[in-house]
Amino acid sequence: MDRAPLGNCPVMPLILAGLPLILQGLLVTVTISLAVLLLGTLLGIVGSLSLLYGANVLRWCVRIYVDVCRSIPHLVMIFAIFYGLPALGLQVPAIVAGILALGLFCGAHMSEIFRGGVESIPHGQMDAAKSIGLTFAQRLRQVIFPQALGRILPAWVNTAVEIVKSSSLVSLVSVVDLTMAIQQIVGRTREALLFYAVAAALYFAINFTLSITGRRLEKKFAHG
Amino acid sequence: MYQFNWRPVFDNFDLLLKGLGLAMAIALLSLAIGSLIGLAAAFGRTQGPHPLQWLTAAYVELVRNIPLLLIIYFVYFGLPLLGVSMFDNLWSFVLALALYAGAYLTEIFRAGIAGVEKGHIDAARSLGMTRLQVIRHVTLPLMARIVLPSLGNTLISLFKDTSVASAIAVPELTYGAIRINVNTWRVIEVYLVVAALYLATCYTIAGSLRWIERRWAIVQ
Repeated sequence: MDRAPLGNCPVMPLILAGLPLILQGLLVTVTISLAVLLLGTLLGIVGSLSLLYGANVLRWCVRIYVDVCRSIPHLVMIFAIFYGLPALGLQVPAIVAGILALGLFCGAHMSEIFRGGVESIPHGQMDAAKSIGLTFAQRLRQVIFPQALGRILPAWVNTAVEIVKSSSLVSLVSVVDLTMAIQQIVGRTREALLFYAVAAALYFAINFTLSITGRRLEKKFAHG
Repeated sequence: MYQFNWRPVFDNFDLLLKGLGLAMAIALLSLAIGSLIGLAAAFGRTQGPHPLQWLTAAYVELVRNIPLLLIIYFVYFGLPLLGVSMFDNLWSFVLALALYAGAYLTEIFRAGIAGVEKGHIDAARSLGMTRLQVIRHVTLPLMARIVLPSLGNTLISLFKDTSVASAIAVPELTYGAIRINVNTWRVIEVYLVVAALYLATCYTIAGSLRWIERRWAIVQ
């Protein structure tokens, strides 16, 4: 069957027909990204504190976790968890496997970001806070963390961009995210250019907003 | 309790080794093509006319903000629907990864160009070199040392990204893992071995690059 030239094909009805699936996929992509960022941030806080202040054994364990995560492709971890957990007798939905896998990477990355942020604060700050009698938790929360935030926030936002991009990999374990939704629509309508452009535009809209925010934050804190 | 059985994995180890070789080849090839794109775009962005600067900026921003998988799908499934069907799955992936890498490499080379001292370029110009001669004999050799560590990191990223080629059935390392898993269902063993192979390769690349950097370093 001949394809009609793009100029003649009714574009709006096509997009409207695909819209419910696209929006559903977009929602899944955003949900996964948020869940991964939440999990990653929590792991990152625990991981960075272990790297900075943990006992030797704990510090080594976290260091191995971080370094291993840096050298393994995200997709391998997604497959390993998606196929591996059922083999161990744990049935989890594909989307949970995806969030767990990407969350582990995000946690490793965040650990390094948070550690770097805290280490950029001069040691004297910690000593001074200690000398006025603040507890360890108070020192971290009231002295170190507010100062480290300027280093951490831009890097955090840049990580968020990477996470949104990586979230597309969960489509390979059959989660219907934005990428999978577009694949299904392209398969049905054969309108590759149109729908890949729609997907690119949506990913771009999310990530470019994040990138711009990251750059603003970088500038703001660089001068502040 | 999960019963480990490593035999099926090691019986099919050649599948993994071949996959590893292909993954490395894809990464190197994409780095080479991506570097050509990146170099052209970096000089276009810093020294080209305004429309070209705008175009390269758009390319960099677009590619860096969309998933690699989408670019792969566009090249592999999209181009044939648009009448371009000259690439099989392997070359589609190489092209997609090179386009993806090109955007990151543009930024790396741009930083490299910015890192070359302006005095060197002025000196070369004052000797009567043309702009192209300056680029070839002064800017490029000087920026090579500046960008080398970033190129190394890019190579490692690209090597890890080759795993996504399994999505379009390119027989690289991750695809080997999928095949073995489907045939033997030794899922934990396969992925442990594959993860170890990726890990070892990444560390080998990183180690070799540090060695090259030391050899190349200018003693100050």
